[in-house]
Amino acid sequence: MIYYIAAVGLMLIGLYVLLTKHNLIKMIIGLSIMDTGVNLLLITIGYVKKGTAPIFSKTGLEPQNMVDPVPQALVLTSIVIGVAVLALALSLAIRLYQHYGTLDMRKIKEQRW
Amino acid sequence: MRKIISFILLVIVALGIGLSLRKIPFAVPKTKVGTYYIDKGIDQTGAVNIVTSIVLNYRGFDTLGEVTVLFIAALGVGVVLATIEKKTKREIMPSSLVLSTGCKFFFPLILLLGTYVFLHGHLTPGGGFQGGAIIASGFLLIYLGCPGKRINERGLKATESLAGLIFVIIGFLGLAIGGYFLLNFLPKGIPNTLLSAGIIPIIYIVIGFKVGAELAGIIDGLMEKS
Repeated sequence: MIYYIAAVGLMLIGLYVLLTKHNLIKMIIGLSIMDTGVNLLLITIGYVKKGTAPIFSKTGLEPQNMVDPVPQALVLTSIVIGVAVLALALSLAIRLYQHYGTLDMRKIKEQRW
Repeated sequence: MRKIISFILLVIVALGIGLSLRKIPFAVPKTKVGTYYIDKGIDQTGAVNIVTSIVLNYRGFDTLGEVTVLFIAALGVGVVLATIEKKTKREIMPSSLVLSTGCKFFFPLILLLGTYVFLHGHLTPGGGFQGGAIIASGFLLIYLGCPGKRINERGLKATESLAGLIFVIIGFLGLAIGGYFLLNFLPKGIPNTLLSAGIIPIIYIVIGFKVGAELAGIIDGLMEKS
């Protein structure tokens, strides 16, 4: 149960940072934290009691003890997409800084909310 | 004011996630498809790493899409940063002898580790994406430790495109031989040996090169243009 709380907590921290911070770099960091929380939640849902990794690398491993491999495969996809999003967001932040001379979202006129 | 509104929103989101998670019990096997993959995975694909067999065999088409997303992101970083003109040439401080020698010493070892990880993707934890990330970290070390050294950008692009092309060609070979895309047409071999699991190691080698080149290209763009 506490694992669920930790994963959801990471997601909520990321969302809070995303909502309240004005600096673009901090917002991107919040996005990354939220991404990690989602990945952790998916992995946690696939956990099985006393589970081992789903790899038959040596004999004597019980198949019913293995954790669910499907969330792991999906999280592998998700991590790669997270890296892609992070790189694109950082490059856009670089462009914004060069255009406006600031990373504060309150000072960038077209982006005010 | 804004903090209060965000806090209320957070509480609502937390309640929603919490209520939906209450129905999901912790630490029991849940999906039928997961147990099916664990039971039948070795017979059907020949890879002892079930996660690898899902990523590259049962859901190989998904992985092709994932690699495409990474490619588009690398392309986007290149396009967004391409129009920046450098106003002042940044002066490069030469690194000390210890730092540059250490980087040159560790760079081949990191490449070796990355190659090992993606070669053994069907046997041990790891695979093409992880190995590619390790290789890109080696390039990052060169960029940080030996300023002034650059990667050959055209070589990176060529590697990336060639690797993606080989992935698609393997898929179409499966279509031509057996009737559907990315069919595992090679013999499966004995499980738990290096030459097993048909096309899975080949595709993972290709993905390793592709991801390594793409992430190195992203690092190159972010380091050079900013």
